[in-house]
Amino acid sequence: MRGAKSAKWVAMAAVVALGATACGGGGDSGDNEKAAVDPNGVYTYQDVEPQNPLIPTNTNEVGGGYILKNLFRGLVDYDVKGKLRNQVAQSVESPDNQKFTVKLKKGWKFHNGEPVTASSFVDAWNYGANGKNAQLNSSWFADIKGFDQVHPEKGDPKADKMSGLKVVNDNEFTIELSHPVSTFKDRLFYDAFYPLPKAFYKDPKKFGEAPIGNGPYEVDGKWEHKVQFKVKKYAGYEGVDKPKNGGIVFKFYNKDESAYNDLVSDKLDIMYQVPPSSINVYKTDLGDRSADQMFGGNTTIAFPMYDKAWAKPEKAKVRQGLSMAIDRETITKTALKGSKDPADGWTPKVVEGYQPNACGEYCKFDPKKAKQFIKDGGGVPGNKMTIAYNADGGNKEWAEAVCNDIKQNAGVPCAAEPRATFQQLRTEITDKKMNSAFRMAWVQDFPNISNFIAEQYRTGAGANDSGFSDKKLDKLMEQADSAKTIEESNKLYAQAEAKLKDTMPSIPLFFDHTNGGHSKNVQNVKFDTFRQAIWTDVEVKK
Amino acid sequence: MGRYVARRLLQMIPVFIGTTLLIFLMVYSLPGDPVKALFGQRASDPATVERLRHQFGLDKPLLAQYWDYITGLFRGDFGQSFTGRPVADLMADAFPVTIRLALLAFGIELVVGVALGVVTGLMRGKFVDRFVLVFTLIVTSIPVFVIGFVTVFLFGLKWKVITPTVQDSMDIGQLFAPAMVLGALSLAYVSRLTRTTVVENLRADYMRTALAKGLPRRRIIGVHLMRNSLIPVVTFLGTDLGTLMGGAIVTEGIFNIQGVGNTLFRAIQTSEGPTVVGIVTVLVLVYLVSSLVVDLLYAVLDPRIRYA
Repeated sequence: MRGAKSAKWVAMAAVVALGATACGGGGDSGDNEKAAVDPNGVYTYQDVEPQNPLIPTNTNEVGGGYILKNLFRGLVDYDVKGKLRNQVAQSVESPDNQKFTVKLKKGWKFHNGEPVTASSFVDAWNYGANGKNAQLNSSWFADIKGFDQVHPEKGDPKADKMSGLKVVNDNEFTIELSHPVSTFKDRLFYDAFYPLPKAFYKDPKKFGEAPIGNGPYEVDGKWEHKVQFKVKKYAGYEGVDKPKNGGIVFKFYNKDESAYNDLVSDKLDIMYQVPPSSINVYKTDLGDRSADQMFGGNTTIAFPMYDKAWAKPEKAKVRQGLSMAIDRETITKTALKGSKDPADGWTPKVVEGYQPNACGEYCKFDPKKAKQFIKDGGGVPGNKMTIAYNADGGNKEWAEAVCNDIKQNAGVPCAAEPRATFQQLRTEITDKKMNSAFRMAWVQDFPNISNFIAEQYRTGAGANDSGFSDKKLDKLMEQADSAKTIEESNKLYAQAEAKLKDTMPSIPLFFDHTNGGHSKNVQNVKFDTFRQAIWTDVEVKK
Repeated sequence: MGRYVARRLLQMIPVFIGTTLLIFLMVYSLPGDPVKALFGQRASDPATVERLRHQFGLDKPLLAQYWDYITGLFRGDFGQSFTGRPVADLMADAFPVTIRLALLAFGIELVVGVALGVVTGLMRGKFVDRFVLVFTLIVTSIPVFVIGFVTVFLFGLKWKVITPTVQDSMDIGQLFAPAMVLGALSLAYVSRLTRTTVVENLRADYMRTALAKGLPRRRIIGVHLMRNSLIPVVTFLGTDLGTLMGGAIVTEGIFNIQGVGNTLFRAIQTSEGPTVVGIVTVLVLVYLVSSLVVDLLYAVLDPRIRYA
């Protein structure tokens, strides 16, 4: 019969297709024997097309940031373990964390031969802070005295220079802040504080296409938009971390999955974050070329404290109860396949100032207590809970798992509600339109506990999405900021963190991991607490 | 004929204005504030936001922005994207790549699709016919991204015949695999369509006449049969070119090709009005021109069709 004949062929075709997919995923044990190194070897690094021209005071995203971090060096930076070390600065001293004296090392030069002087820093910072230039990173200079003259809330700036910055001589300048900030020295590592050569002011647009920095690498050729950006070793680099390779090619990818395919075929050398679809297989695919370590990032769900129902004081018990209904251990092991760690506080383990169990018993799984606490607090407002998250960030798995736990263990109906893009979620959050839980994550600006507590829990802070306000905690944070030593500051911030569990404006969920890997062409690839590879240490095999 | 062409070209103008206005309005009504989104997770600084908004012209009323855009367009200025690069540059980078990919896919589906269609139409009922029918059935039922991923997996990762992503977007050789993936669905349609019309036309009276008159087989098939069978196929192919260029997003994503589809996607995500309108305008023009060409081709293929 005609019909049977076609059916035979269909069946055969189906068998062939299934057979092909079944023979998938050949493992690789990885060959990490110490091979001979080519000191001029060039390797490729996963990146995305930068959103803005490459100007340090205007780059706040990963795509441009990674390139700038190799073209420039600031006063200080962090080593692989997260310890602050001096780069261009010989010393950054302050008796009171309000007045700083910065002395520079001699001999540093920009890639075009210009010397790096105190004015290179001061002029660059004045440019970045100046409201007229509308630089995205201008708020980093907000603590410096005279900032509000240069960057008023409304209208044109009244001055071009901040009064708190004074050049003493070519190798020395002073900074005066409008109030003491104990972590100011830590902040100086950020891209916004990089020095700029005089060549920048002549043509900022051209500079943004091919920046002239003072870092271990300089621009190689042109910026091939959307394709790649090449940098090569700079022979005159004065820093302690001299490159062990000849250059880097930052390859721009639109989709993580394509980048991962390239990594597995050795067409891409380093990936700092494998896509969610490959989390299960990347360790088998890459063997010991995979990297799985904690970094300075966490995931929490926050509650809208500006909402009348959630702001009632007894609701703190409800939030504590909800937190105890979540079995973090099981979720990280099963739904997340070990790609995150359970959180026991608001500060990740690898960050300076971390204290174990800041969240106390409220982050330990206890379904009986959970139900009791929620009952004592008068139940969840509306007796329903939702978790809002952005669908374009690989958050579906944990959001749904957490909601399931709440449903099962606390008996509270819970739904995970995605928003299409990060942008959309952020707009809803900053417009204070939330009426139930939402994703609030934080990746460190610098590895210190203050960054995780102050930015999100101080009254009126920039990233205080929940609208949380506690005057006692504000006072503690102020005291910490004015502390004379960083150790004292850390102790006071730890007290503030411990107090957070009494009101529980957010529930700490996980400490995030770097899940990355490298190809067979390179070795000695290490990731730091910022989820960045130590670019200068990567060795290219011969 | 000349008047017909002129009339068609004039008709393009209102279509052009209508589409650009519509796209403009749609982009600006997308949720989310594009300027605040530039700050990422961090809080936006109100003074900088104001200034940037003014810089991008976002503080003017919507119709004023549209007017600025149209007048700029006549000067050849497609506007500026949020990255500071002129949109014209972005398009000049992206279009050549997509044009290559689309033309390659178009060529493949034209040549292979029509050939398969003719062969199966002539050999109706035989093994070749059944095999091609099953093959096209499978291709039409599998979504394009699955075909793409399976292609990358089999040919790129397992058998290592191709690189999993396109390393150099301008190299035609490397664009072959993505072109095949992109054109696969249309190829299936073209071959089935051709087969149907060939089978139908084989029964026509003029075919019997040609055969009776003793014309060589090659001429019967190549000229008499093909000219009539191709009319519906040409209709499909004409609209397909525009679809190929705009709809290559998925394929471009999988193979990491830096073309129009991806630029458009990113621009929509960040609500960059000028970029979206610029790209869509060009795509609309491509669509209009190709449908005009298709209509003109009818007259070439079938002398009975005449345009006033």
